[in-house]
Amino acid sequence: MQANRMDTVLEAVRVGKQVSSPEGMLAILSDVSFAIARGETVAVMGASGAGKSTLLALLAGLDEPTSGKVCLADRELTSLDEDGRAAVRARHVGFVFQSFHLVPSLTAVENVMLPLELAGRRDARSAALEVLGRVGLAERVGHYPRQLSGGEQQRVAIARAFVTRPDVLFADEPTGNLDAATGERIMELLFGLNAETGATLVLVTHDQALAARCGRIIRLDAGRIVET
Amino acid sequence: MAATRFALRNLRRDLKSGELAVLLLALLVAVGSLTAVGFFTDRIGRAVNQQAGEVLAADLRLESARDIDAGYDTEARRLGLRVARILSMPSVVFHDEASSLVALRAVGEGYPLRGRLKIADVPFGPARPTEAIPGPGEAWADSRLLARLGVPVGARLAVGAHEVKVTQVLDYRPDQGAGFADLSATLMINVADVPATELIQPGSRVSRAVLFAGDPADIAQFREYLRTRKQPGERLQAIEDASPQIRASSDRAGRFLSLASLVSVLLSAVAVAMAARRYATRHLDSVALMKCMGASQGFVLRQTLVQLVCIAVIVTLLGTALGYLAQAGLAWLLRDLIRSDLPPPGVSTAWLGLVTAVTILIGFALPPLLQLKRVPPARVLRRNLEPPPLRYAAVYLFAIGSVLALLYWMVRDGQLVSVVAAGVGGTFLALAIAGWLLVKALTPLRRGVGVAWRYGLANIARRGRDSVVQIVAFGLGLMVLLLLALVRDDLLRDWRASLPADAPNYFMINIRPDEGEAIRAFFHERGLPPTALVPLVRARLTAVNDVSVDQLRFESERARNFVEREANLTWAQALRDDNRLVSGAWWSEADGGGARISVEQEYAQRLGLKLGDTVTYDVAGEPVTARITSLREVRWDSFQPNFFMVFSPGVLDDVTGTLITSVHVRPEQRPALVDLVRQFPEVTIIDIAALLSQVRDVMDKAALAVQYVFLFTLAAGLMVLLAAVQATRDERRYESAMLRTLGASRRVVFQGVAAEFTALGLLSGLLAACGATVVGYYLAREVFNLRYAPDPWVWVVGVIGGAFLVGIAGVLAARSAVTQPPVETLRQA
Repeated sequence: MQANRMDTVLEAVRVGKQVSSPEGMLAILSDVSFAIARGETVAVMGASGAGKSTLLALLAGLDEPTSGKVCLADRELTSLDEDGRAAVRARHVGFVFQSFHLVPSLTAVENVMLPLELAGRRDARSAALEVLGRVGLAERVGHYPRQLSGGEQQRVAIARAFVTRPDVLFADEPTGNLDAATGERIMELLFGLNAETGATLVLVTHDQALAARCGRIIRLDAGRIVET
Repeated sequence: MAATRFALRNLRRDLKSGELAVLLLALLVAVGSLTAVGFFTDRIGRAVNQQAGEVLAADLRLESARDIDAGYDTEARRLGLRVARILSMPSVVFHDEASSLVALRAVGEGYPLRGRLKIADVPFGPARPTEAIPGPGEAWADSRLLARLGVPVGARLAVGAHEVKVTQVLDYRPDQGAGFADLSATLMINVADVPATELIQPGSRVSRAVLFAGDPADIAQFREYLRTRKQPGERLQAIEDASPQIRASSDRAGRFLSLASLVSVLLSAVAVAMAARRYATRHLDSVALMKCMGASQGFVLRQTLVQLVCIAVIVTLLGTALGYLAQAGLAWLLRDLIRSDLPPPGVSTAWLGLVTAVTILIGFALPPLLQLKRVPPARVLRRNLEPPPLRYAAVYLFAIGSVLALLYWMVRDGQLVSVVAAGVGGTFLALAIAGWLLVKALTPLRRGVGVAWRYGLANIARRGRDSVVQIVAFGLGLMVLLLLALVRDDLLRDWRASLPADAPNYFMINIRPDEGEAIRAFFHERGLPPTALVPLVRARLTAVNDVSVDQLRFESERARNFVEREANLTWAQALRDDNRLVSGAWWSEADGGGARISVEQEYAQRLGLKLGDTVTYDVAGEPVTARITSLREVRWDSFQPNFFMVFSPGVLDDVTGTLITSVHVRPEQRPALVDLVRQFPEVTIIDIAALLSQVRDVMDKAALAVQYVFLFTLAAGLMVLLAAVQATRDERRYESAMLRTLGASRRVVFQGVAAEFTALGLLSGLLAACGATVVGYYLAREVFNLRYAPDPWVWVVGVIGGAFLVGIAGVLAARSAVTQPPVETLRQA
């Protein structure tokens, strides 16, 4: 399935990424092209080392491709410098990570406030409290990450990702560090919020069942797209 | 604005969560110890200055042979200064038929403004300080005067037309001085009695002085006022013009304290650098996350800078308050040991807190924190991504530059700063190379040791560069600690050696050349040590290079005073032991002869004299011209008769002068002095025991201050150790959890940690001892002009102390890592 050009929120055009290694230049991604429409849910799958995380980094503008271009929310990321890409992320992107990436020195609500504070929003606390309530953590807003279970930590991370109402949500193995039952509940929450906000979801996963819940699967093998 | 708000909020959270604790604590120790040192040394310095000021019995002294305008007193009082007037003249006192020449001193209310008079109940008896002065109708007499007249305390003496009753023996007055101006026996009376004596007549040789004392700033202001207003014939003396002996001692004291504070600066800066590095490392992830959420590099930079500014302000306030409290506590602890009251510290020391905090933050904390700006955002996905490595050479140069600037600002002694910097720099390099060699040498060692040592040594090897940094940090810390102990001991030892218990305590002057042999015989007979009698000729400098001194311009007031005063000249065949040639050559038979002169180098510098110049003196009405053929450095604190100007033999030999000598008289030999005065009435005995004890007092105070300053330095050194251990704590916690999961007992993990830190400490200690010995050698020889004997204890203490201190600190710091259940650690990782 190919996204309608008008609705495209994220596009990769002949994207390649090479890194230097002791054996010479190593191609991690080669000639990767696809487009993702607004509101779409896409799973990126592949074996370890297939280039999934690298692709995610390039799509979110966290890294620069060696060749090709990436467009996100009508901005060509590859033509922007690091600060320009950061500005695009601030307005349009949310993240959920496998290892949660909560700041250990901040409480749950402070972690959720972080992206709002970075954007200079004065209502950060009230907005963060509201989303935390939405993910079922209204009672634990003052807890530090170490005082929360894995599932709770990931719910805080999801609240943090959605609090800015991003156009695109990138999720990197969001259930990878959780047991099956907790993972299931987290995915319910993620898909539920995604549907509610109309965000585009790009999900990197090994989990076939999880991928099956997405509208589309992009499969990578040795840095090339083998299915889209 | 958003960055500022975010930075403040973040800072509050970091403070609350303890993330910044190590950095703040290190800085707080830095600023606290430095300002404590600053405040305290400032007070000690002021006390030392005041004591040196005792030589004038004031901070400022205006002397004249004529009446001094009372307007000066009014102006001084207006500025809040204390004022006292004194008057002195040579006179003769009578008791029945006996008479004696005296230096009559009439003192007014408030005298002395600095220092205290000491009086005794019987001649040469035990003295006690007093705040009083002789009342009207009373007199305090020198022991020598009573001995000469053969009268007890209570006798009535005729002074001019007046009669006074001797009520006390005058043992010591602060301004009795080391010079030869006041050598007759003193009789002190109240200034109110002067008119009744009718001694002041036209042509009387009366010297008048007004004494001033008060706050240094006011004194400085008043000094300027006097400098511009004083009349011809009025001579102004300030503390720094005081006798060379006191200045030599207080200069050394100042350098001593400065050295101690230099070490605090260095250690604290190292601790802050390590803490900042750890803080930056721990924040790589959260900054990557912030960037992932859209924070720009500028945002990260701005918020880092705002946080640093806030930290600087917090640390300055808290640290300076801490420093102030610490010095107050210190002064309280020392209240019984410091005899005089310490003056309050100057406000300018508070600036030291801010300057220190800002310099250390910019020089040491900023570079690692700036790295945060460059964290790649993709680190959120791949944790092995790190910011581009710091260019360590540039960072260290910057840090060293900033600390040197701070040190220079503090001590204003380029030579001292450069010697310390060279020592520290050399040791840094040596430690880095040695650390690298150790890391390389560990692999073969690991085969022959038990499991704990193998684990410990493997850790050092595996951490490579980090191990080298730690060795360097420990080594530097240990080196400066050893250096201070070493240099301090050396200096103290040498001070004491230069003023041994048998240092001369009496000068004897006005010895007629024909009496020399009789004096020698008297000494021999009374068991006094044999003495060298040195010729002394009084003369006035009239010309330099045939230009009259009236036409010469002198840079300082002191130089002008040197010229205006009659100079004491001597001649000698050989160079004295306590003199050292710094340039030119001492005369020999082969050098062509002629009138030659050797000049003390400081004197030469002040008067702008150099080798080859000719100087002309008016010696008993005859001009005597000599060429300067050498410059000398004189150890004034040897208390031997020393001279600014020494002539070659054959020039002054025929001039009628006197002889001078100095001798050590033990307390039980003191009665011999009474007999000496009786047998040789014109010989004047100057009791320098009092002056010696004054110098000793200054030294003891300085030494005591340094020892306490050293405690702060020790605290700063411990901060470095803690910061170093803290820097690897997260890693250690994880490793210990892994090892324990794999079945290692707590004991084995502990032993491994102990082995690692003991090995690090051992090598650091060895190299620190080496570095301290080298730097100590240069400091002692080149800066302090002392002999230096290497101290084997430095090596013993360095190696054993290093291994022990670092080992214990490592185990203590790693304790929580080992006691934490492994499962908890692994879950958090």
